[in-house]
Amino acid sequence: MGTVAEEIFSKKLSRDVSAGEIVLVDIDVTMSHDNTTPLAIKALRNTGKPLYDKNRIVVIFDHVQPPASVESATLQKEVLEFVKKEGIKNFFREGICHQVLVEKGFVIPGRVIIGGDSHTCTYGALGAFGTGVGSTDIGVSYATGKNWFRVPETFYFDVNGSFAKGVYPKDLILKIIGKVGARGATYKACEFGGETIENMALGNRLTLTNMAIEMGGKTGLIKTDKVTESFLKSRGYPYTEIVPNDPNYEKVFEFDVDDLTPQLAVSPRVDNVYPVEKYAGTEVDEVFIGTCTNGRIEDLEIAARMFKGKKLSPLLKTIIVPASNEVYFEAMNRGYIKIFMDAGAMVCNPGCGPCIGRHQGVIAPGDRALTTMNRNFIGRMGSDKGEIIIASPATAAATALTGKITDPREVI
Amino acid sequence: MGKIFRFGDDVNTDEIIPGRYNVTTDPKALAEHCFFEVRPDFSKTVKTGDFIVAGENFGCGSSREHAPIAIKASGVKAVIAKSFARIFYRNCINIGLPIMISDELYDLVQDGEEIEVNLKEGRIKILKTGKEVRSQGFPEFILKIIDAGGIVHFLKNHDIGELEDGI
Repeated sequence: MGTVAEEIFSKKLSRDVSAGEIVLVDIDVTMSHDNTTPLAIKALRNTGKPLYDKNRIVVIFDHVQPPASVESATLQKEVLEFVKKEGIKNFFREGICHQVLVEKGFVIPGRVIIGGDSHTCTYGALGAFGTGVGSTDIGVSYATGKNWFRVPETFYFDVNGSFAKGVYPKDLILKIIGKVGARGATYKACEFGGETIENMALGNRLTLTNMAIEMGGKTGLIKTDKVTESFLKSRGYPYTEIVPNDPNYEKVFEFDVDDLTPQLAVSPRVDNVYPVEKYAGTEVDEVFIGTCTNGRIEDLEIAARMFKGKKLSPLLKTIIVPASNEVYFEAMNRGYIKIFMDAGAMVCNPGCGPCIGRHQGVIAPGDRALTTMNRNFIGRMGSDKGEIIIASPATAAATALTGKITDPREVI
Repeated sequence: MGKIFRFGDDVNTDEIIPGRYNVTTDPKALAEHCFFEVRPDFSKTVKTGDFIVAGENFGCGSSREHAPIAIKASGVKAVIAKSFARIFYRNCINIGLPIMISDELYDLVQDGEEIEVNLKEGRIKILKTGKEVRSQGFPEFILKIIDAGGIVHFLKNHDIGELEDGI
């Protein structure tokens, strides 16, 4: 009985669980990456306990791949030694953790997954409870196979209508965050539903749940349906239904996307959200399309369509980073990579790219970057004197074509 | 007794320590870059026993534990905010960085002022005015982790199931 979050914890514990309860549960998957695993190993070692179950652990190298400095290479070497010594089979170096976990079938409806990365909230697009934790919590799960949670109350986002041409799910989630605010959903599960979500492809659903943390949410959730089922079954992964059952939502927000327009989140807050018109014509120095928010095939498809047969100015840094090798291969097969390179964009190997500010497109003082990332905090992409603006892949591609912030509806 | 470093609302983990400085797990090295960009004087002027006082949603953003580690290694005795972002809140409890939640304190103090804090009793005394405010309490199972000095220390002597006794 209850919200998607309550249903997951109730199934997990085989009893009715309600929001506000504190529960200790078995963790189905514990994930961490090159940036957060070193401290998790330290925490495990400091407990004095052995690894509880290596088969429920996934380690992904994605943040700075391949390593871009002696320091990161050294830390990654430590993690590799741990992976080898403990015999961890689920080790990947082929894209962003959140994309790879979905592709490889670790994200199954009803599972409880913790990740040493705040965007672990992404997994709720498949009806799993995913939430970001720090490295010590990862270490706790390494040592015990369990962790504690306060079952969250739920904010429900009822989204109806159809997107106009040039308007995308990224514009919707920016609009939502602009309305709710950067701390408006702190500790809450953010459940998305309504006809717009029902008609949305899985890749686009991941864009919404990915950004739940940007309004403080503990996780983003979408009930399972035919879209979830066909995605999982087509890959031979198990499917279980997770749907709300007479839910009691703390708050319901209604959004109609019929009249939604392209949105921007301008520096330095994700809830600084304005229609693209407000900043149209502003010059940019870098355009970056990628990340766990918008580095999927659906996103690259938009950019490829807009870049086809066009030339980008080499004065602008245009960077494209597919979210995973699977996405990269698909983009190659569809001819997108050729289109990007013909246009003059730089296509980097799958991973987090410049979103972590350590490689593949670090910004200089005074640089303005228009990106499909999920955060625009000061200093995130490099210099703290630079500026980060967040937008949809269509707005990013339109902006790359002109070198100025451009409404994609004028280009499509 | 310690001095206050006062910050506003929504202080994010990139401000506490930018991602590009997370290239070490050494607490002292992380402390050198704590608030490196938003408050460059912090690491040079902070003294053991000082406090951070902030508004709403302190520690929002990334899950990086480098952020509370950097603060703890700076010698900060406690972070006292109106509210905390949830991952940061868990991380502080887990690593044994004391946090206190107080709606009241923020508007009563200025940067650089001195306060005296009794963590166990949740009392904060503002030295200049002599006024005392109280912080919110923690659930019992969280107190078990805090009392042990963090979850790693708790697990050294206990089974994780023992946390449930307090649930």
